[in-house]
Amino acid sequence: MNTDTHAAHADDHHHGDSRAHGSFSTYMLGFVLSVVLTAIPFWLVMSGALPSKQITALVIMAFAVVQIVVHMIYFLHMNTTSENGWSMMALIFTIVMVVIALSGSLWVMNHLNSNMMPIHQMTGMK
Amino acid sequence: MTVAVNPTQAGEPVFYLADEHPHPEGYSTSLGFWIYLMSDCLIFAILFATFGVLGGNYAAGPAPKDLFELPLVAVNTSMLLLSSITYGFAMLTMQQNKTAQTQMWLAITGLFGAAFIGIELSEFAHMIHEGATPQRSAFLSAFFTLVGTHGLHVSCGLIWLVTLMVQVWKFGLIEANRRRLMCLSMFWHFLDVVWIGVFTFVYLLGVLR
Amino acid sequence: MSPDLLKLIFGRLTIESLPLHEPIVVGTFAVVATGGLVMLAGLTYFRLWGYLWSEWFTSVDHKRIGIMYMILGIVMLLRGFADALMMRLQQALAFGGSEGYLNSHHYDQVFTAHGVIMIFFVAMPLVTGLMNFVVPLQIGARDVSFPFLNNFSFWMTVGGAVLVMASLFIGEFARTGWLAYPPLSNIGYSPDVGVDYYIWGLQVAGVGTTLSGINLICTIVKLRCPGMTMMRMPVFTWTALCTNVLIVASFPVLTVVLALLSLDRYVGTNFFTNDFGGSPMMYVNLIWIWGHPEVYILVLPAFGIFSEVTSTFSGKRLFGYTSMVYATVVITILSYLVWLHHFFTMGSGASVNSFFGITTMIISIPTGAKMFNWLFTMYRGRIRFELPMMWTIAFMLTFVLGGMTGVLLAVPPADFVLHNSLFLIAHFHNVIIGGVVFGAFAGIGYWFPKAFGFKLDPFWGKLSFWFWVTGFYLAFMPLYVLGLMGVTRRLRVFDDPSLQIWFIVAGIGAFLVFLGILSMLMQFAVSFLRREQLKDVTGDPWDARTLEWATSSPPPAYNFAFTPVVHDNDAWWDMKKRGYQRPLTGFKPIHMPSSTGTGIILAGFATAMGFGLIWYIWWLAAASFIAMLAVGIGHTFNYHRDFDIPADDVIRAEDARTKLLAGAK
Repeated sequence: MNTDTHAAHADDHHHGDSRAHGSFSTYMLGFVLSVVLTAIPFWLVMSGALPSKQITALVIMAFAVVQIVVHMIYFLHMNTTSENGWSMMALIFTIVMVVIALSGSLWVMNHLNSNMMPIHQMTGMK
Repeated sequence: MTVAVNPTQAGEPVFYLADEHPHPEGYSTSLGFWIYLMSDCLIFAILFATFGVLGGNYAAGPAPKDLFELPLVAVNTSMLLLSSITYGFAMLTMQQNKTAQTQMWLAITGLFGAAFIGIELSEFAHMIHEGATPQRSAFLSAFFTLVGTHGLHVSCGLIWLVTLMVQVWKFGLIEANRRRLMCLSMFWHFLDVVWIGVFTFVYLLGVLR
Repeated sequence: MSPDLLKLIFGRLTIESLPLHEPIVVGTFAVVATGGLVMLAGLTYFRLWGYLWSEWFTSVDHKRIGIMYMILGIVMLLRGFADALMMRLQQALAFGGSEGYLNSHHYDQVFTAHGVIMIFFVAMPLVTGLMNFVVPLQIGARDVSFPFLNNFSFWMTVGGAVLVMASLFIGEFARTGWLAYPPLSNIGYSPDVGVDYYIWGLQVAGVGTTLSGINLICTIVKLRCPGMTMMRMPVFTWTALCTNVLIVASFPVLTVVLALLSLDRYVGTNFFTNDFGGSPMMYVNLIWIWGHPEVYILVLPAFGIFSEVTSTFSGKRLFGYTSMVYATVVITILSYLVWLHHFFTMGSGASVNSFFGITTMIISIPTGAKMFNWLFTMYRGRIRFELPMMWTIAFMLTFVLGGMTGVLLAVPPADFVLHNSLFLIAHFHNVIIGGVVFGAFAGIGYWFPKAFGFKLDPFWGKLSFWFWVTGFYLAFMPLYVLGLMGVTRRLRVFDDPSLQIWFIVAGIGAFLVFLGILSMLMQFAVSFLRREQLKDVTGDPWDARTLEWATSSPPPAYNFAFTPVVHDNDAWWDMKKRGYQRPLTGFKPIHMPSSTGTGIILAGFATAMGFGLIWYIWWLAAASFIAMLAVGIGHTFNYHRDFDIPADDVIRAEDARTKLLAGAK
């Protein structure tokens, strides 16, 4: 079914199995990276190596993001070509939705709490 | 298998495939399963949002600092990471058609997964024993639900893994079973990704709080 | 038997759970039971059980599943509308010290059931049914990506509907309003089974909806016929794609929220309680993250239907196809950014409210663009005022009105006045009836001849149309007035006698809609009886433009004897214009999925599990769960799920059509 206007079926050659497969070296590379990326945040928190909690928090969140990307690439074999890019599209859409739902909820509920429960002001008034 | 579709080439436009081949079995499976995982991802996102909003409401009960033992969490994390790489080995040996070795790596993956669940359950039991029950505060409700849902997923993965091992044992590494193993691999690695979120946002940031 | 043993076997289900003291419910039960028995006896007498089981219930054919969804939607419409009539009557009566005829216990269930049923078990099945039936045909596919899953999804939806219907006669339904806000829905204030019926009914149906969403996305992405690039897809398929993306991205949120509520109720956690750090407003926040996309899940396919209908009955290519597609995609994304406008009054403050007010207003821009596209499609077109087109025009007038009151409500200060008033009720009925319901009716009229091979009777259809449209305006315009005067929703009795006249007018409107529904049922009956006169053998009764009209009506199980190749947006129009000749030879065996009863069995166990959990019958819940697991895993041991339709059968079907077509000329 190899035709030029046959864009929808262009990945037929792979017989529906168009996900990339890893090799021993990519799996091992992913594993080593993820061990390192896990160990450092644990060490940072457990030892308190960084001067402030805020910096530690930011650093470990950055590590988490990097580690998620590592897992996506080396274990889940994400790339822009599998399923004609639909996997990536679905992933990006999901990330957008997750960010909206997470940050939106936090924003909305934080504002609600600070507006509707002015605990600090009340204790200050006494 | 080739058919001229471009009307300028063939002169007469072609409106149907005279010689077509059905889509191979499981043609949509990997995309479909991926989309399912995306919907699952939103389930976890909402649980994270709930934890984010309610996670500071201790209700004068225990706080993360009093409850979480990071060394234990680190051990648990390593169980999951190890199970990920062993699942990777299972997939690699599957591609080389080595049935026995695939089964072995699957079994090892299952053991690491079971160890993860075991450690998690003992952690829960310990917390409940100390009075930090899911009913104690909104923070604990959100904690048990988020981490518990992840654990439930891993448990489902274990049931699925055993089922697949039986199927591979009975029918061999046939195309359908390879596809199923690939889906489980996506599921398993996806749970790993969720766990990164859990140990970072729940445990590490919780202890920092 | 000892009370302990009884409790073990029946949970909290006792004789007192049956609402024998409510004459209205008992009467309803008598009518339903008699009707049900007559139907069962008829099915047995005519020996239809085997046929229904093997040809319909276990069928994985997307067309049959689509039709079954439509039947479910129409049946549930009768129940939901009965609730609506009861409410209108109660509100028209309960003045000047009169208590009306419904006590508060019953009335609160009625308005909750009305909302839940209309959204989840009327609008959703109608929309899903149309998508199921039409999308594979429009993209030139033989079936959906996962046919078994499709059957399972349908039966899960039925399972949810069964649970909600069971609540009418066994126990009670929620008395919380259709979104069951805590703390009212929490165990402290709703200790009875009502909210549990609500939770498990929606959870069971929700699984079906999510899976069917995944299924249809895959179908559209993977199974389009050669030549059909994304920008050549019919607009209905585009809207179906966006709707299913929304389903997959939002129904998990509903699942989680309801799961957390059930944890609060069953285990005693503190998510949405008032104590121990729980936050009821978090529930409101989360459920609207699902709830707002849900509105667009319903209305986007309706937009798609109107697009198909407008271009077909104007005899023109759709104006602004590209802008239509982009408007749909933009609405899809934006629908995720507006949820807070459902609770401006919560108190998040000016910055939050302004953000969500503005995003809400922005949504009207792509929607307005669509409206102009339809108008320009009609402009200088040769419009045929067939029924689907009439519904479309009614939609355009009604929906614009509803949309404008929506923009009004999007202004946070105005919302503080109108929040939870009858103005809001009028607004959302204005868009849901004017958009989704009219859209579903346009779709039913449009695709009915495709599904059954004969058109719907136009006389009864037009009668139904005029009853519906006038009834709608009479029923809901008074509510705008009442809302502006400050009447809030869900009230059972009123003090101010000057309001009564508005409620009486609204009641008359509801009665006209009732006549509209009756006319519609008459329309189905009359059309069936007159099916020979209304017959269409061409497969293309409307001189339409998209691929589903290229095959016979009703289409054969395999949809197309040969997979079509597409060169244009309006594929079938292009084929007709360029002298497409239907292939008469060279038929081959066609690979198709086999029927299976696993879907209905699994859904049956899921429903039983829900029932067990509702009534605390733990053994039933556990046993059903284990059975579900066993059947599900057992199903995966079946590796042979498809078969080949022999070439002879294809030849026979296609030859029969050749003869029909020759006879038509």
